[in-house]
Order: sequence, then structure tokens, then C-alpha cells
Amino acid sequence: MAEPVIEIKGLGKSFKSKNGPVVALRDINLTVEKGDIFGIIGMSGAGKSTLVRCINLLERPTEGAVIFDGQDMCRLSSAELNRARRSMGMIFQQFNLLMQRSAEANVRFPMEISGVPHAKAKRRARELLELVGLGERAHYYPSQLSGGQKQRVAIARALSTEPKVLLCDEATSALDPSTTASILNLLRDINRRLGVTVVIITHEMSVIEQICNRVAIISESRIAECGTVEEVFSNPRTDAARRLVLPEGRRAGHIKADRLYRIVFNGSSSLNPVIADMILECKAPVNIIHADMRDMDGKAFGQMVVQLPEDQEICARMLGFMEARGLAMWEIPPGSCIDCDPEDYDYEQERGRHA
Amino acid sequence: MPDFLAGLCDPDTLQMLAEGTLDTLYMTLASTFFAYVFGMIMAVVLVVCRADGIRPCPGLYKVLDVVVNLTRSFPFLILMIAVIPLTRFLVGTTIGNNATVVPLVIAAAPFVARLIESSLLEVDHGIVEAAQSMGASTFQIIFRVLIPEALPSLINGSAIASTTILGYSAMSGAVGGGGLGKLAIMYGYNRYQTDIMFATCVLLILIVQILQEIGNRLSRRCDKRLV
Ligand SMILES: Nc1ncnc2c1ncn2[C@@H]1O[C@H](COP(=O)(O)OP(=O)(O)OP(=O)(O)O)[C@@H](O)[C@H]1O
Ligand SMILES: [Mg+2]
Repeated sequence: MAEPVIEIKGLGKSFKSKNGPVVALRDINLTVEKGDIFGIIGMSGAGKSTLVRCINLLERPTEGAVIFDGQDMCRLSSAELNRARRSMGMIFQQFNLLMQRSAEANVRFPMEISGVPHAKAKRRARELLELVGLGERAHYYPSQLSGGQKQRVAIARALSTEPKVLLCDEATSALDPSTTASILNLLRDINRRLGVTVVIITHEMSVIEQICNRVAIISESRIAECGTVEEVFSNPRTDAARRLVLPEGRRAGHIKADRLYRIVFNGSSSLNPVIADMILECKAPVNIIHADMRDMDGKAFGQMVVQLPEDQEICARMLGFMEARGLAMWEIPPGSCIDCDPEDYDYEQERGRHA
Repeated sequence: MPDFLAGLCDPDTLQMLAEGTLDTLYMTLASTFFAYVFGMIMAVVLVVCRADGIRPCPGLYKVLDVVVNLTRSFPFLILMIAVIPLTRFLVGTTIGNNATVVPLVIAAAPFVARLIESSLLEVDHGIVEAAQSMGASTFQIIFRVLIPEALPSLINGSAIASTTILGYSAMSGAVGGGGLGKLAIMYGYNRYQTDIMFATCVLLILIVQILQEIGNRLSRRCDKRLV
């Protein structure tokens, strides 16, 4: 049984401002389990940064509790809090390296403040820089490193006190796509090899797709949805989730036609050409009206809308074929909107109809 | 050499100018040192206690802020006379180099505090937060993050501070202070000896240039953002 590392219970945070209090988080409940790569995604201003900063108390919650490793963070004395923070690394969008210290001295910094002897700290800093692929650059200063390299130094620094958890606030948002991919790979590697639980804040769906196993969608200061990435992506239940999973620009709009069926892909192997097989098997073409698919770890998620042939018998064979492969195929009532317009399409209702 | 400078060739005059220069340097550097001791303490308290600081303490901040502004609003000459009783108590006399250091420190410390405060505030808040996220205590943040990260800017500030204090020290020549200021007032002003006036001016300009240049170079050399 997985054990929880971070439990957030009824957490609320409001800021005082000149125009009265600003509520940034309301009633957040989340559990991050050991070994998770937990993604928190949401639009700008949703409260993601505030949430992650409440985890290590850079921001003090105004309500609720954050339980880390069995202790309520809000009740710790400042010395105890500092000790707890040493088991939680954090990396930032802007890297936040000490500009007057070399890469190695940056990695040594957390060890210096927690009293690790110099020689040992130096050795470990070297090892960590090797781990993040910067062994050669130990004596470089941050001003001599690229963004991706700076983030690697920041990761090495965050790992130097052997934390249980690594908190990442938009850690890849200042980087280009290929650098982002390499940093994400590094994070996954660290998660697998060192067993460090990772919490990732992002506004990019692709980041979640690439490395997270669980995801929470935060919208307007609340958790809209939370679950495994598969669950949330294949079956977004809330508007906020749908807006992220089925981004604008991919809407099919309204098409009035008969014999429209929706096929939902729920993690079946994307390498398996089901639709092509069905066409070959039933010897009749189908009209693909709309497809919105994502590939994650070789599995297909998403949905497709197809128009089946007029022939009732072929139709029935096709439905049988899909059913045999465990794929749900639902008829869309003629004249209704097929798509995926997150604003006016009600999944719950349709699921109800077919239940 | 122009005629009016011929008097400077006299060995006694030269020695007097040399001693004046040393006195001025002594007063300037000693005052700068003590002004930094007090100024640093005040600046750190100001930075740490401000509303968005690492240990907000609005009461203490406000009090210190007002004290610093009050002291800074005294013209130096008046301050010097006003603190005469304190000077006598601390040094035993009110004339000479050491006696000048007391008002110089009192006048310069708040100014230095503002300089240091602005240098420390230049340190990116994100870096301070990163240190907090690693479990750094307030003291560790001050001594291992704020001050080292602000070092180039602090050195630049110290060049500004020492040249300003040099200016104050020359002013103190009017009310019992020593050094080049005293020479300029005694000989140049009271006795119309243009040569001495001229020589003290040149020496003061030179000292300012040298202090400023040392500051600039040190600051640039230690700034790792420029490597
Ligand atoms: N220190 C603060 N004082 C007042 N309001 C704040 C403060 N910090 C955040 N907020 C408010 O809280 C809300 C959430 O902010 P937060 O920074 O957590 O958003 P975010 O999801 O991280 O957005 P982004 O993707 O743009 O970084 C915003 O409405 C913001 O204005
Ligand atoms: Mg943010």
C-alpha cells in the first residue's frame, strides 16, 4: 500500500490586499503518495504557485493543514520547520541560483547551512553535478550557464540534502521544448533511481503527459479534479478539466448528421490500429468526423467521432467488433453537437444515456 | 610652475600638507569603518524587518526608519556642534582627529545604512526564497545570502560612502577638526594663501579619485555575474 508523503487537508489561503482579502485557495484536499510524480495544472492565476508554496510554508496557509511525513507543518517551531524543509527540495521557474557562487558552491549551499562538513559536502556536490550531467562545469558561475544548465544546477542543489520530496514550480516554463524534455527526463530519472517523490506545477498539458502519474487540476482556487493521469485525461468530468484536456482550436463544432458514434480510447495500445482493423474486417468504410487523441507511454487516450455506413447489419458488426476489443462506442443522437466543445457538451448526461 | 605656487616648495609647507593628508585619510577611514559597523547593523535590521522582509516587524522598522531619516536631515556642521558633549565624553577632547571621528560616524552611519539597505534590497527575492526553502535560518540568510550576493554593490557603496565622509571631514576643519580641511581654512581662507588652498584642493580631488577607482575595480573584480 502506498504511503502518503504530503497530505493537504482543507487548505485555504487568502492574501490581505488594499481592496480587501484575495482568496487564492479554497478547501484544497490532496494526497501525494510516496514515489508519485504528481502534477498540478491550471490556468494562470488559478493558485498553483500559492498551493506549492503552502506545502513548504513559504506561504503560511490561512486554513487547514499540510501534513508532511506525519507532521503538521503549520505547528512546527521555526527551527523544526527549517529541519522539515531540508527534506523538501524546491526548484523554481527563475532557477534562483546564488549568482556569486560557482555551480559547485551552489550545490554545497544547503549542506553548508545544515552543517555537513566541507569535505563531505564537496564530494557530494561533485557527485550530484555528475548526476545532472554537469560534472565538467562545477567551477562555472551561473552567469556562464544556459537556462537548462542552471536548472540542472538547481536540481542538484535541491537534491543535496537528500530530500524525500522535490517541489517544482514551473521548473520548465523558461526553457525551450527540447531543454524542457531533457529536464523532465532528468526529473523522471531522479524519481525512479533515487525514489524522490516529485510535485510538478505547470500550465502545460504536455508536461503532465510526459512524466506525471497523478494529476490535480486546479481552477479558480479549487481542485476541480484529481486522479491518475489516465482517468482525468480520458474522462474529464469538469469544465476546467475539459478545457485543458481538449484545448480550444481542436473543437469540431456542430455537425448535423446521422449514424454518428463516439469511440472513447481509454488507454488501449495506440500501436494497435483498431479502426483500420475494423474497416478491414467489416469490409466497409467509415467516415472519421473528428479525432482528439493523445499518446501517453504508448497508450491511446481521447476520443474519435465516426460516421458508420448506412447498412444496419454492417453497423451492428462494427459495434460488435469494437465491443470485443473493449472499446465503448456510443451513438450520438442525430442533430446534437458532436464535439468537444467544452462549454456546451455534457459528458455526464451522455454517459447517463448510455448507462 | 606658476608664481603663486612657488611657496609650496618650502619643506615645512610640504610636510604640513603631507601630515594633513595623512590626518584626513585617518579620519576618513576610521570614520568609514565605524560608520559601516553601525550602518550595517541598522541596514540589516531595516531589510529584515520591513513588511516584505524575512522577519517582518513593522514597529521596529518604523522606529529605525524615522531615526535614520532624522539624523540624515541634520546639516553636518550643526550636528558636529550639537554632539560636542558626547564627543568630550567619549574622546576627552573636542579638537583633533579622534574628536572629529565621533560626529563623522554619527553623521555617516545613517547615510551608510541607507546605502547598504539599498544594496541588500537589490538581491533577488527569489534567491532569498530559495534559501528559505532549503531551511536557512534568518542569520544564515543574512550572512550567507544577502551580504555575499550584494558584495559588489556593497563595495561600490563603500566608495561612495568614504568619499562623502572625506567631504564631511574637510568641513570639520571649521570647528576644530584636523587634516586638509583645517589647512584650507586656516591658510587658504583666513590668511589668503592661495597656494595652500590650491594644494589642498588637488590633494582632496586625488584622494577621492583614488578611493573611487579602488572601489570600482574591487567591485568589478569580485562580481561573478561579470565573469
Ligand atoms: N502575495 C500576494 N498578495 C496578494 N495576492 C496574491 C499574492 N500571491 C498571489 N496572489 C493572488 O493569488 C492568486 C493565485 O496566484 P498564484 O501565483 O498562485 O497563481 P498561479 O496559478 O501560480 O499563476 P501563474 O501560472 O500565472 O504563475 C492570484 O489571483 C494572485 O493575484
Ligand atoms: Mg505561478
